[in-house]
Amino acid sequence: MSLLQTHNLTIGYGDKPLVSDINVSLESGQFIGLIGQNGVGKSTLIRTLAGFQEPLGGSISLGGRELIKLNPKEISKKLGVVLTEKPTALNLSVLELISLGRHPYSGWLGQLRQDDVEKIEEAIEQTQIHHILNKRLYQLSDGQLQKVMIARVLAQDTDVILLDEPTSHLDLRNKIEVLDLLKKISQSGKGVLISTHEIHLSAKVCDMYWGVDFGVPMEIGVPDEMLLSGKVQELLHLEGGAI
Amino acid sequence: MIQQYFDTSVKKWRITFIGLFIVLCMLFLASLAIGSVSIPIGQTAIFITGGNLENSGWQAILMNFRLPKALTSILVGSALGISGLQMQTLFRNPLAGPFILGISSGAGLGVALVIFIGFAVGGFFGIPDFARNWLMVGSAAVGSFLVLSVIGVAALRVKSGVSLLIIGLMFGSAVSAIVSIMQFFSQAENIQAYVIWSFGSLGSLSWNELSILTPIVLLSLVYAFVLSKQLNALLLGETYAESLGLNLKSTRILIILNTSLLAGSVTAFCGPIAFVGLAVPHLARMLFNTSNHLLLTPLIILLGALMMLAFDLVAQLPGSDATLPINAVTSLLGAPFVIWLILWKNNLHYSFDK
Repeated sequence: MSLLQTHNLTIGYGDKPLVSDINVSLESGQFIGLIGQNGVGKSTLIRTLAGFQEPLGGSISLGGRELIKLNPKEISKKLGVVLTEKPTALNLSVLELISLGRHPYSGWLGQLRQDDVEKIEEAIEQTQIHHILNKRLYQLSDGQLQKVMIARVLAQDTDVILLDEPTSHLDLRNKIEVLDLLKKISQSGKGVLISTHEIHLSAKVCDMYWGVDFGVPMEIGVPDEMLLSGKVQELLHLEGGAI
Repeated sequence: MIQQYFDTSVKKWRITFIGLFIVLCMLFLASLAIGSVSIPIGQTAIFITGGNLENSGWQAILMNFRLPKALTSILVGSALGISGLQMQTLFRNPLAGPFILGISSGAGLGVALVIFIGFAVGGFFGIPDFARNWLMVGSAAVGSFLVLSVIGVAALRVKSGVSLLIIGLMFGSAVSAIVSIMQFFSQAENIQAYVIWSFGSLGSLSWNELSILTPIVLLSLVYAFVLSKQLNALLLGETYAESLGLNLKSTRILIILNTSLLAGSVTAFCGPIAFVGLAVPHLARMLFNTSNHLLLTPLIILLGALMMLAFDLVAQLPGSDATLPINAVTSLLGAPFVIWLILWKNNLHYSFDK
């Protein structure tokens, strides 16, 4: 089932389109890697798909409805994001941060109902962060913080999760842990999209790559095939044998 | 599993709130008792519980001077503290305060205009005292409201909170410049009247004026509590808040309106009172180690009120007949605190990455 679909989507700023005629679909249970050089429009695509900025052309449908016709609250129940920026207030406790994921559902003062508490517990269970619930965000390592941010978006209980470079700033072990975690999340029936520069690692877990490059249509394909045929190397303008 | 986390914290917070409330009550009684005439604490307690004092002089002092002043201190401290909290969260800036948006400069411009035009037209000191008071309160309110409207329009156009903060700062300095130009071209008595207003005063409010300030502040404080959920979402940053379903524009306007009502009404009646709005939210965050607005709002209401009572006690210079201007006392005690804050900014745990 298609959770998020674009129709001839053009993204960019003002009168400068970055990528045009994007026709892609994110299905339930799918784990997609969005690859491309810096500045090519990966973050812009994520921001546009999340409804933070307007498309320059075409349309996006989220759960079968047009994105621009949904209000922020309706979007927030279907689509969650993990961005590259850190939360502003770093003296929040881990549990408080995850609880904020229940913002679209909680009471008018943010009070949690039984249902909310259960979703939060599920998110903690899935991300395995029981031991740091009482810590403050500033006490966490980058890897722990990323897992906590993922727990927060899980608590938001959305079908679609978009993550902007979730593995940057992490060491190898944490990169692998986060990617494995996201794979498991997608297998539980959610549609997960990450932008990434980790070609080798993400090729093992992603079901599909969406490849973007300046001034050309988006390339869609299975990671291994795209690597073998040299498509990935072409997209990222890589030469030499390291890849 | 996580329910027990919530349960233990409820217990902890209950003790904190009760403790703060007791300190507030004690300071309240002390502020009634201490002054140029000392009144025994026991007598003030009798007065508060509605009893009649044998000494009718004390009764009059308490009724006409000390009680309105103590109540004003409580309103001012909590209003400015909450206003500062909202500004700091909205602008994601630990140095934002209620006056950063130019609210006090706007009020100052209103007052300056009334004083200087009043002199130019003539007869400013000829009108009765209460009329002059209300004229100044009214002009301060109009001044801060005008600044607020401009900021409100800007909030609709500008996307980032930081840009809005800079617009507020620019507006504040432009308005202050107009006031200095007016001062430059006016006579000594005008300047004196303006300077006295700018000292701030907690003791000048009559019961009549209190009956207007009290409901405005109380309603705004209740509304500030209602805004807690939105403010908490903003702790993640504006984009995350939006992704959680928050309508950024309307939330921003509601917060600015709320903060302006709090700071604007207090400034109109009591003059500009510095530092409370900036310092109290930080103090609350550091003392109680939380960012949750559901807790911070009541904490700051209590802490702001009791600090203002304490500042006022210092301003009384116990044991002497003289009184210091309240704005000088808050700044004198507040400035070292803010400097210390900047030197130890790492302790704030705010992120300014984006």
